[in-house]
Amino acid sequence: MSAILLAVLCVAGIGLVAAVALAAADKYLSVKEDPRIGMITAALPGANCGGCGFAGCDGYARALVAGTAPNGACAAGGDACAAEIAKILGVEAAATEKRVALVKCCGTRSEAIRVGDYNGICDCNVAAATAGGDKGCAYGCLGYGACANVCPKHAISVVDGLAKVDKRLCIGCGKCVKACPKHIIELVPAAATIHVLCANPDKGPAVRKVCGVGCMGCHLCERNSGGKEANHFAFQGFLAKINYENPPTDEQIVAKCPAKCMSVDPHFETGH
Amino acid sequence: MKTVKSAFKFKGGVHPDYNKELARAKAIEQMPVPAELVVSMSQHLGAPAKCVVKPGDYVVKGQLLGEKNGFISVPVHAPASGLVKAVEPRQGPAGGKAPAVVLDTTAPAPEGVDASPRTLPPLDWKTATREELLARVNDAGICGMGGAGFPTCVKLNPPPGKRCEYLILNGAECEPYLCADHHLMLERADRVRVGVEIMRKVLGECAVRIAIEANKPDAIAAMEKAFADVAGNVEIVVLPVLYPQGSEKHQIFATVGRVVPEPPALPIDVGCVVENVGTVAAIANAVERGEILLSRVTTVSGDAVAEPKNVEAPLGTKYADLLAFCGGAKEHPAKVISGGTMMGFAVPHLEIATTKTTSGLLFLSPRRVFQYSSQACVNCGRCVRACPMNLNAAEIAKAVEADDVQDAERLHVMTCIECGACSFSCPAYRPITQFCRRAKNSIRARIAAEKAAAAKAAAAK
Repeated sequence: MSAILLAVLCVAGIGLVAAVALAAADKYLSVKEDPRIGMITAALPGANCGGCGFAGCDGYARALVAGTAPNGACAAGGDACAAEIAKILGVEAAATEKRVALVKCCGTRSEAIRVGDYNGICDCNVAAATAGGDKGCAYGCLGYGACANVCPKHAISVVDGLAKVDKRLCIGCGKCVKACPKHIIELVPAAATIHVLCANPDKGPAVRKVCGVGCMGCHLCERNSGGKEANHFAFQGFLAKINYENPPTDEQIVAKCPAKCMSVDPHFETGH
Repeated sequence: MKTVKSAFKFKGGVHPDYNKELARAKAIEQMPVPAELVVSMSQHLGAPAKCVVKPGDYVVKGQLLGEKNGFISVPVHAPASGLVKAVEPRQGPAGGKAPAVVLDTTAPAPEGVDASPRTLPPLDWKTATREELLARVNDAGICGMGGAGFPTCVKLNPPPGKRCEYLILNGAECEPYLCADHHLMLERADRVRVGVEIMRKVLGECAVRIAIEANKPDAIAAMEKAFADVAGNVEIVVLPVLYPQGSEKHQIFATVGRVVPEPPALPIDVGCVVENVGTVAAIANAVERGEILLSRVTTVSGDAVAEPKNVEAPLGTKYADLLAFCGGAKEHPAKVISGGTMMGFAVPHLEIATTKTTSGLLFLSPRRVFQYSSQACVNCGRCVRACPMNLNAAEIAKAVEADDVQDAERLHVMTCIECGACSFSCPAYRPITQFCRRAKNSIRARIAAEKAAAAKAAAAK
C-alpha cells in the first residue's frame, strides 16, 4: 500500500514542479506576437492560394501587420475581407472589385488550325518551347492546361482544346495569368459580361488564315456601341480590346460581330 | 602530321540509322538568290543584332543590316542586294520569334547607288596582327556553324590567364543524314588549312587535332593531303562511329582525353578550343579574300525530297525555296526537321528561313516518322546506359514529371547536352530529352530572376 502511495506522491510532485516551471516560462520567456496577426488570419479566406504573393494567408497577415503589404491584395476575399482587415488595422479600406480570370481565345479545335502534331509532354510551356506550339495562331490557347494545373480552386478545365474558367469557382488569384506562356489570360471585373475572346493583333487576312473566329479589327463593335466617343473599346493593332473601366452593356454588338470572336459571359458555368 | 585512332572512348552513346548515302555523293551546288530573303537578326547565340535598316531602304550585297549588340553577339549582313520590304518579327527554326529583315531581291537598284557588292579589304594573315585578325573575324559576322552559333571572335579570344593548348577541328558530323561538313572537307580542304593557320596565329602556338569519324575515309584522305606539309604538332584523329561524337565535350575527350567540368566551365578551362570545319573555312575566306559570311552549306535530304543535295544557299533562304531548288517533294512529307534528326527542330511550315547555323533540312516521309504515345518508365536503365554525360536520365525525367525541378538539379540536369540519346533508346517512348530541356529552362529562368532581383537590391542600396 505504502509503495503505491509513494509512487503517486512522486509523480504528483514531478507534475507540480513541471507545472510551476512551465507557468514561469510562459510568463518570462514568451514571444510577444501581435494579436492582430491572428485576427487577420481569421478574417482571410484561409484558402492559402498564394495569389497575394505571400506564403499562404498567415504570411499575408504578417506582412499586413508589418506594413509591407497593401490591403486589398487578397483577390479571393474581395471587398468584405478588405473592409474587415481595415477595421482590425484601423485604416481606410480601398474599394476593390471582384476580378476573375478570362482566357482571351475562342479558337477551338474545329475553328483554329493546328500546324503540327505535338506529341510531347502535356504542358503549354513545354509545347510553346517546341516551335512555338502546334497552333497556327501564335497567340492562341494551346490547350495543354498549364493554367489548370496551377489553379488552387480547380476552376479551369480544358474543353475542346481551349481552357475555360468557371466564374463561380475563380477567386481571381492570378496564378494562371503567370503560368500561361502565351500571356492571354487576363483578370477582368466579374461584373463585366461582354468580352473579346481573341488576342491576335495581326491584320485580318493573316488572322483568317489561321483561325475561323479571330478578331480582324473591323471596328464594327466600336461603331455599334456608340462610336469612338463612347470609349468602350481600345484597339491594339488589329485587335479590339474591351475597356473594362467602361465596359459596353449592349449585348446586340456580340451578335453583330462578323468574326464571331465576342461572347456574352463566356465563363464556363456548369462547374464540376 | 600523322593520323591516329582515337585512344579514348566515352561512355554511352547510340547508333541511329545514318542514312547519309542520300546526299553523300552530291557535290556542293550553288543556289541562285531567291526572290525573297528573310534575314534574321538572331542567327547566333547571345543578344540579337540591332537592326540598322528600315523598310524602303535599298541594301547592297554585303551591307550591314544589324550591328553587334553586346559582347556575345555578331553583326548580320545582307546576303544579296535588294529592297527592304519589312522589318518584323519572324519565326526562327527553334520556334521563337526574332526581328528579321525581309528583302525583295528582284527590285532594281535605284539611280546613283553603287550596286557592286561590299567586301572587306583582303588581309595577308602572315603579316597581320592578332588584333587585326580578331577584328576581321568579328566584322565578317562569323559564328560557330556547327549548330550552337557561339560568336567565334569570343572563342578565339580566351580570357586572361587561360591558354589554348589544343585547337580541335570538328569534322565528326555524327548527325544522321547530314553531309555538309563532309563535302566541305572534301572540296574546300585548302580553305580549312588556311583557316587553321590563321587560328593558330590568333590563339598562339597550339597543337591541332582534326577529328573525323571513321565513316568518312575520303575526308580523312583529303585532310591528310591538305595538311601534309604543315609544321608543328598536327594530328588527324579518327573517331569511332558513335553518336554524339560531334559534341564539343565528347570531341575533347576523344582527341586529348580531357574532361570539361560541369557548366559554367567551358572548353577553354581545359585548354581546348573546338571549331567546326565550316567555321574554319569561313575564317579563311574572311581574312584572305575579305568575304563576309553571306551563305553556308546546308544538306537538304530525307526520303521525301526528289533530289537530295548539298546546297550552298544565301543566308535567309526560305525552306520552301530550298525545297524547290532540290526538285520539290516526291510525296507529302510527314515531318520537316531543321538540322539533324537527333538534335534538330521539327518546323511547322516552310516560311522559316536558313541561318548561319542551319546545317541540314530534312523532309521525312510517313514511313520514316513514328507516331508514339509515351508510357510509364519501366526502369530498364537503357537511357542511363545511353547517356554520354553519365546522367541518370530516368530519375531526372521522373523528377520533372512530378514537378520537382529541384531534385532534377540535384541530379545534375544542367550537365545535359540534349543530344537525345536517352529518348532514342527508351522502350517506353518517354520524351526524356524534353523533360531535361524543361528542367533546364526553368532552372535558367530561376537563376535569371535571382540575378535580376540581386541587381535590383544592389541598385536600391
